[in-house]
Amino acid sequence: MDSFANRRHIIRFVIILVGLIYIIRLFLLQVVDNTYKVTASSNVLRYVTQFPARGLIYDREGRLLVYNEAAYDLMLVPQQLEAFDTAEFCDILNVSKEYIDENIKRAKDYSHYNSSIFLKQVSSITYANLQEKLYKYPGFYVQARTLRKYTNENGAHLLGYVGEVNDKIIEKDDYYKSGDYIGISGIEQSYEEYLRGEKGVNVYLVDVHNRIKGTYSNGRLDKKAEVGSNIISTIDVDLQSYGEKLMNNKIGSIVAIEPSTGEILALVSAPTYNPELLVGRIRTKNYVNLMSDTLKPLFNRALMAQYPPGSTFKIINGLIGLQEKVLWTSTEHDCAGAYYSGRMRVGCHIHRSPLDFIESIQMSCNTYYCNVFRSILDNKKYPTIRESFDQWREYVMSFGFGQYLNSDFSNELKGLVPTKQTYDRVYGEKGWRSLTLVSMAIGQGELGTTPLQMANMTAAIANRGYYYTPHIVKEIEGDYSLDDRFYQKNYTKIDSNYFNIVIEGMDLAVNGEPGSGSTARTAHLEDVVVCGKTGTAENPHGEDHSIFIAFAPKDDPKIAIAVYIENGGFGGTWAAPTAKLMIEKYLNDSISVPWWEQYVLNAEINYNAETDKPLE
Amino acid sequence: MQRRINLWSNIDWLAVTIYLVLVFLGWVNIYAAVYNEEHHSIFDVTQRYGKQLIWISAAIVIAFLVFIIDINFYSYFAYLVYGVMIFLLLAVLIFGLEVHGARSWFQIGNIRIQPSEFAKIATALALARYLSTFNVQLNTFKTYLRVAAIILVPAFLILLQNDTGSALVYFAFIMVLYREGISASVLLLGFFVIVLFILALILEKLIIISLSIGVVFIIFWILNRKFKNVALGFGILMASSAILYGLNEFLVLGLSYYYIMLSALGFSALVYIILSIRYKVRSVILLLVFLLGSIIFTFSVDYVFNNFLEEHQQKRINVVLGLESDPYGVEYNVNQSKIAIGSGGFSGKGFLRGTQTKFDFVPEQSTDFIFCTIGEEWGFVGTFFVLGLFIFFLYRLIGIAERQRSSFSRIYGYGVVSVLFFHIAINIGMTIGLVPVIGIPLPFFSYGGSSLWGFTIMLFIFLRLDASRLEMLG
Ligand SMILES: [Zn+2]
Repeated sequence: MDSFANRRHIIRFVIILVGLIYIIRLFLLQVVDNTYKVTASSNVLRYVTQFPARGLIYDREGRLLVYNEAAYDLMLVPQQLEAFDTAEFCDILNVSKEYIDENIKRAKDYSHYNSSIFLKQVSSITYANLQEKLYKYPGFYVQARTLRKYTNENGAHLLGYVGEVNDKIIEKDDYYKSGDYIGISGIEQSYEEYLRGEKGVNVYLVDVHNRIKGTYSNGRLDKKAEVGSNIISTIDVDLQSYGEKLMNNKIGSIVAIEPSTGEILALVSAPTYNPELLVGRIRTKNYVNLMSDTLKPLFNRALMAQYPPGSTFKIINGLIGLQEKVLWTSTEHDCAGAYYSGRMRVGCHIHRSPLDFIESIQMSCNTYYCNVFRSILDNKKYPTIRESFDQWREYVMSFGFGQYLNSDFSNELKGLVPTKQTYDRVYGEKGWRSLTLVSMAIGQGELGTTPLQMANMTAAIANRGYYYTPHIVKEIEGDYSLDDRFYQKNYTKIDSNYFNIVIEGMDLAVNGEPGSGSTARTAHLEDVVVCGKTGTAENPHGEDHSIFIAFAPKDDPKIAIAVYIENGGFGGTWAAPTAKLMIEKYLNDSISVPWWEQYVLNAEINYNAETDKPLE
Repeated sequence: MQRRINLWSNIDWLAVTIYLVLVFLGWVNIYAAVYNEEHHSIFDVTQRYGKQLIWISAAIVIAFLVFIIDINFYSYFAYLVYGVMIFLLLAVLIFGLEVHGARSWFQIGNIRIQPSEFAKIATALALARYLSTFNVQLNTFKTYLRVAAIILVPAFLILLQNDTGSALVYFAFIMVLYREGISASVLLLGFFVIVLFILALILEKLIIISLSIGVVFIIFWILNRKFKNVALGFGILMASSAILYGLNEFLVLGLSYYYIMLSALGFSALVYIILSIRYKVRSVILLLVFLLGSIIFTFSVDYVFNNFLEEHQQKRINVVLGLESDPYGVEYNVNQSKIAIGSGGFSGKGFLRGTQTKFDFVPEQSTDFIFCTIGEEWGFVGTFFVLGLFIFFLYRLIGIAERQRSSFSRIYGYGVVSVLFFHIAINIGMTIGLVPVIGIPLPFFSYGGSSLWGFTIMLFIFLRLDASRLEMLG
């Protein structure tokens, strides 16, 4: 019945064979091979992490922005601790006895056998002193690290900062250990993987006197640290610092993009802060201070503040009207200072009437765009407004609104373009008409856009119909290229020939004869043709926000810019001259009319007002 | 009363003693592995060693419970237990808790249970039940298919939980199948596939193809015993290769050696087929199919390796094969483990005196790498003793299995032996760098309730069957 009983011998043989192989291996490993032995006098291996220098950050012209400085952490392995002269130790380190007791206890709580940081970022002088006497303090050793340094105080928001990893990150990513640094925002965060390099480790033999006797096993287990890759940012640091200067004593944002590449030339969020504040031991204290500042200097308005686009959005509605063939260059509308329909009234300002399409942009007539917007939504081509609205929404989205642009910043806001469901919920599926939505004709109402999105829209107009996804990094040193998405054109759903028509209007808005009703003459430059459009975002909490978008030169755009000045009122008052100065600075590197510069620099716009500040 | 007394005196007390010694040594070594000066009592239940003591006490109670269950329960309900286990494995995929990337735990209150540790028992029972069924023999395709299903269904479900190590354990049942009469050629074929897989990763394809051809010629000779046929076949292959090579050189076609070799092989194969039909030479076509299969397999290994294994699994295999160096990752762990064991020397550093294993340099110190602590603190003496004890234990269990009158008990016994052997061989082999890092526990030693209970139940069911071996019919 059991004819395979003999096979038990083979099975036993296999088991014993494996056992024998293992025992021979163990004998070789434990008795014969001396590589793994550690003599009694040097019975401690110390694993010292080699922290690589973080990659440097340059501006687009190769000017250094961020570099590193050496810093030293005093580390402690509690298990190797012996009694020592506390008074002398306090003296060297310039700390209190309580600090020492407290931190020894903390280190023990963390682990007896693993090292933890005892004192962070000891100065080079202290380090030199300490190094000589370290033999008296078994269990302590010094670990070299690097700290960020900045060549100037500009660009804090876009550079971002570096901070210690938290438990969540440690748990998610094996690479990081407690006490390591990681990029927390801006370029430092988005390009962390490239900037950080690769940690290494040196294994040393340490004797009982805390002296390193040499590398263990001839460095066979060592791993060299790899220095992080340098990054060349798209920023023009001159333009960036000029923008920050202009925005002094104001709240708001400037974003400038090179239309032919999508490279961000400047990204200003005001008020800003000095990036040095968030480095080293002072970081936590300063961070708390900045967080509690009512003007929210840590808040990156360029990416995260959401405003209605205001009248600048008329350009988009105009383009959609042209594309949908409900509007022609010759279309004229009367304006008697306001748009009336039933009980609805949308105010306008005083200008001559009637206006054709190009003049409507030049003079920014609200009435004209209420008509345009309604003819888009009431287009007979579509069975109901729900379809025509969807179509309109698709056009708007093709400019990058209402979605993440997918720039290389991680904290972009999506902005807001309402869906038909939004209105269905409020009015019911059949309860809304074009008139219901008419405030969006002039860029108010349910729309929300970020300054970055506005600058991107301007770049799309400057390119006559497409944009490159905006990005802040131009080049990563080494064999890396940027993500493919930054090299691809994103086309809007509007044909390129229609752009030339609106650009004529934007030209006239800036460069029309004095007295012709041009709304943006404050952005006029003598030797550069600037094309622009003013806007005013309604602000329920106080004075309206001043908006201006522009690009220049008209025929070969080198810069597209969006300026937001909170509580600045009409777009032509503050935003337009600010944009003009930025354009001139970038294109000519000089300011032709210093008076304008003084005008903007001296302005202190609602900086201390209570109106638009969050409550404490 | 009579029966109970019999039962106690029929227990294999030697096996029970070894079990208790192993569990005790495990506990002591967990204490050493995670020793913490602040909590120096080995009974401190806030620490792993205290908790392990609770698991051990519970395991002993469980062992007792296993013993008082009626013997027929295990064979009668083998399929039911198996079915319930499959259900639990499915349930854990949906409701389970993810720990270290593997969704293989149920959380009930404070206790986490890992069903895969118990699924092995159910599989061993079901396999024993099926193979002991009257007139089931391991020689028909249908039987192979059913046996494969019993073994591979739980393995596949565990693989889905992302617990590759526990899934691989099911390969161990091959030992049971071998004992119960699976054809040696099936095993040889399996062995050949594994060797081919490893070779395909290390060597050039050209070399592997040449080797396979060599193997086929050897088999051909073994089957036919006619040197003339072998020489002729070899001559045809050489001649066609030479001609194709010459043509390639002469006409400057620039074909790679692959094409030359494969074309020559294809041409020769045609000649072989014609000759074998003409002269009625046996098994030529079968051998050609085998050769074709191994060539296709060789070429598909890269694809399988790159597409079906995860990056860390590829890395582990590459490190063991010496194809990749990764001193800070996988290799780091193995290196640390080897340093710890190696630094123990002949007699070890002494209890609680280990330095390497205390720095958390060795990962998973109290679970998968517990053997390092033994090696460091007790030296070669300790590792020799523990390994020797394990081998002796397995030897003893085989002895017990062989004395069963019922084939159900014997087959189940071999199931226990094979699973234990696989765990021991892989776990210890991993710590000394002989096999890839596969995260499975060392039986009775590693920290953790599920695995300890799983192995305890598995073992004691077998000892229970053994205690009543005289009552059961063959
Ligand atoms: Zn008007």
